[in-house]
Amino acid sequence: MSSHAAAQDVHGHRSLQHHFENMEQQREAGTLGMWVFLVTEIMFFGGMFLAYALYRTFYPAAFASGSNHLDIKLGAVNTGVLILSSFTMALAVYFTQVGNRRPQVLCLVLTLLLGLTFLGIKAVEYHDKYEDHLIPGNLIPGHAFGPAIQEEGQPLDHHKLHLLPGATVEKVEMFYWIYFAMTGMHALHMIIGAGLLTFLIIFSLRGRFDPEYHSPVEVIGLYWHFVDIVWIFLFPLLYLLGRHYH
Amino acid sequence: MQAIESFEVPAPPKVNYINAQYGLKSWLLTKDHKRIALLYLGSITFFFFIGGIYALMIRLELLTPQGDFLQSTTYNKVFTQHGIIMVFFFLIPSIPATLGNFLIPMMIGAKDLAFPRINLLSWYIYILGGVVTIYALLAGGVDTGWTFYTPYSTTFSNSYVVAAGLGIFINGFSSILTGLNFIVTIHTMRAPGMTWFRMPLFLWSHYATSLIMVLGTPVIAITILLLAFERLAKVGIFNPAMGGDPVLFQHLFWFYSHPAVYIMILPSMGVISELIANFSRKNIFGYSFVAFSSLAIAVFGFLVWGHHLFVTTQSVYAGMIFSFLSFAVAIPSAIKVFNWTATLYKSSILYDTPMLYALGFIGLFTIGGMTGLFLAALGTDVHLSDTYFVIAHFHYIMVGGALMGYLGGLHYWWPKITGRMYPEGWGRFSALVIFVGFNLTFLPQFVAGYLGMPRRYHAYPPEFQVFNVLSTAGASILGFGMLIPAIYFVWSMRYGRHAEANPWHLPGLEWRTQSPPPTENFEVTPIVTWDAYEFAPREETEVVGKFGPEFERT
Repeated sequence: MSSHAAAQDVHGHRSLQHHFENMEQQREAGTLGMWVFLVTEIMFFGGMFLAYALYRTFYPAAFASGSNHLDIKLGAVNTGVLILSSFTMALAVYFTQVGNRRPQVLCLVLTLLLGLTFLGIKAVEYHDKYEDHLIPGNLIPGHAFGPAIQEEGQPLDHHKLHLLPGATVEKVEMFYWIYFAMTGMHALHMIIGAGLLTFLIIFSLRGRFDPEYHSPVEVIGLYWHFVDIVWIFLFPLLYLLGRHYH
Repeated sequence: MQAIESFEVPAPPKVNYINAQYGLKSWLLTKDHKRIALLYLGSITFFFFIGGIYALMIRLELLTPQGDFLQSTTYNKVFTQHGIIMVFFFLIPSIPATLGNFLIPMMIGAKDLAFPRINLLSWYIYILGGVVTIYALLAGGVDTGWTFYTPYSTTFSNSYVVAAGLGIFINGFSSILTGLNFIVTIHTMRAPGMTWFRMPLFLWSHYATSLIMVLGTPVIAITILLLAFERLAKVGIFNPAMGGDPVLFQHLFWFYSHPAVYIMILPSMGVISELIANFSRKNIFGYSFVAFSSLAIAVFGFLVWGHHLFVTTQSVYAGMIFSFLSFAVAIPSAIKVFNWTATLYKSSILYDTPMLYALGFIGLFTIGGMTGLFLAALGTDVHLSDTYFVIAHFHYIMVGGALMGYLGGLHYWWPKITGRMYPEGWGRFSALVIFVGFNLTFLPQFVAGYLGMPRRYHAYPPEFQVFNVLSTAGASILGFGMLIPAIYFVWSMRYGRHAEANPWHLPGLEWRTQSPPPTENFEVTPIVTWDAYEFAPREETEVVGKFGPEFERT
């Protein structure tokens, strides 16, 4: 229990909503709320991870073939970009907690820029897949799935799909559907995260956050880290699994 | 109201949450959990009415063996839409979004839920989901069954699968947000002295329900999203023609939809625990067992989905485990039933309307639960799968259980919600009519199903007609019984007797504030020093001897 005078100060904070007793309770509720929300996100992505695990077991050759065609360099760079953005996000939370506004805004802006970089690189990757006719089904009407196949003895063309023994184009299409479903859903979360960061930047420029009231930064930070962690799982599962297939 | 001494209050309190503000805007933009509960109450009643009309059409068609009122294609749509509306738009939100929303903050002594804006958002999401679904119904309907099994739903059905699926997808987020709000509220908003083991059991069951909402609903969301893409964009992970596995859809669907049954029944069990303890004027027998059995049901509920797949390609060994676990759910359910019954033993029972529903619940839920064991057994399920036995079983749980609890709770808290009493005589009468009508509707279906009448057909062999005539007659009585409360609830809002703050003379926190409550619920934040069902100080009960210490909390 803090002293009575301190409790009075806390009670009068302008960001305290009427139904909370004090800032501590409000912060606790916000943080717990985000953790519970992240649990729902785990279950949401979990459905797709299950589908991935199942068909990876059914069709290992096709999945490896599809995986080999992904651009591992862009994927690796994106992994680095996201880890770095998690770092700047963590710094932003720290600077908000200690009430240091300038580095706080700087770190939030950096996080946003890194997030946008990730999305930009992802867009380049998606475009490459579009060029190679690797968009499954009618996701883009009139642009059906139909990659050129690398034949034995032909000169190596990295725009062509190299089918490993036992793989069929149809099953590779399923790999690409799972790839687009998972990374697309992840990218959607990144876009939402970028929107939330923009909101944080505007509010921190207005000086809304201080050591007493920083839970929005903290809570959105949790969300941002979560979205990063999803990618940390997606990258090896989607990009690296073909490398060791014989 | 005989048996309880009552004190008339001449007029309702001057300022309460209903008359604090006026105008449509003050309702549509409210952040007050009590007003949001009323918004939900109105909208789920609307959907219940639509679902009821479909039920009526089903029963009318099945009156005769031939398809004379509806043809097969229309009939497919009618039973699908009955299921979708009743499950997703009535049963799942029913108790949590209305009674839970209204009472959870009051029972723990809080001013509101932790996230009032998210609470309002959840209602708008519910309405949006409802509008999209109603669009699907009006545009041409859905005929896949409420289960949306692939590949029929993705490839062959010529109905509005995507729109209906989208409606359910949107509606799911309303359920997630409600569950999230409840969990955080119960964790962080309890009044001083309101420890976990002083909470009314209603809160324990809502906590368990919220866990299921939060853990299960996202899975149905992603499943329906994938299904919609599969149908629209011809990409397939459920489509066997493209190497997909339709059984994966069933796994994912039931991973949510079986626990969803517990979303429907657990809040109702919470209501029943309140009713049984309060109308027997006695502390509940085995408080902590009843509390933890709710959590146990929530946990076990997630491990039994495979019993919906006994007749698919699921391996028999998986089937055996799922069968065993399904039997295990009977344990926490039975704990509740036994503890309720033990609470009734040697107590002073008041047979008011809410208690009639509670007593009805115990019987109907027991039948529903026991017949569930027939279906959880591998061998008998092969015989009973997709017959009217299944229909009767889950209606005993969903109508006999969830709906009875909802109606009982609505009567019980009606004076708190509206500040008016419902007419007790009509209440008791309609409770009996509903009980009789319900049993007449669904008991014959057990027999018809056991004899082999399959579900989801508009026509059937003539030897089943006698059961269907009984069933339709029962449904008419049931429908009539439902109309009575609908009428007198509306009537009582204007003409009912004014209710005092504590019309039932109970110790719960929600009864320690005026009826209807003020916007902030309590004048001052209460400090709790008593147990949930502590009717009199311990010394007093020992002297009187009626509620002896042997019946205290174990």
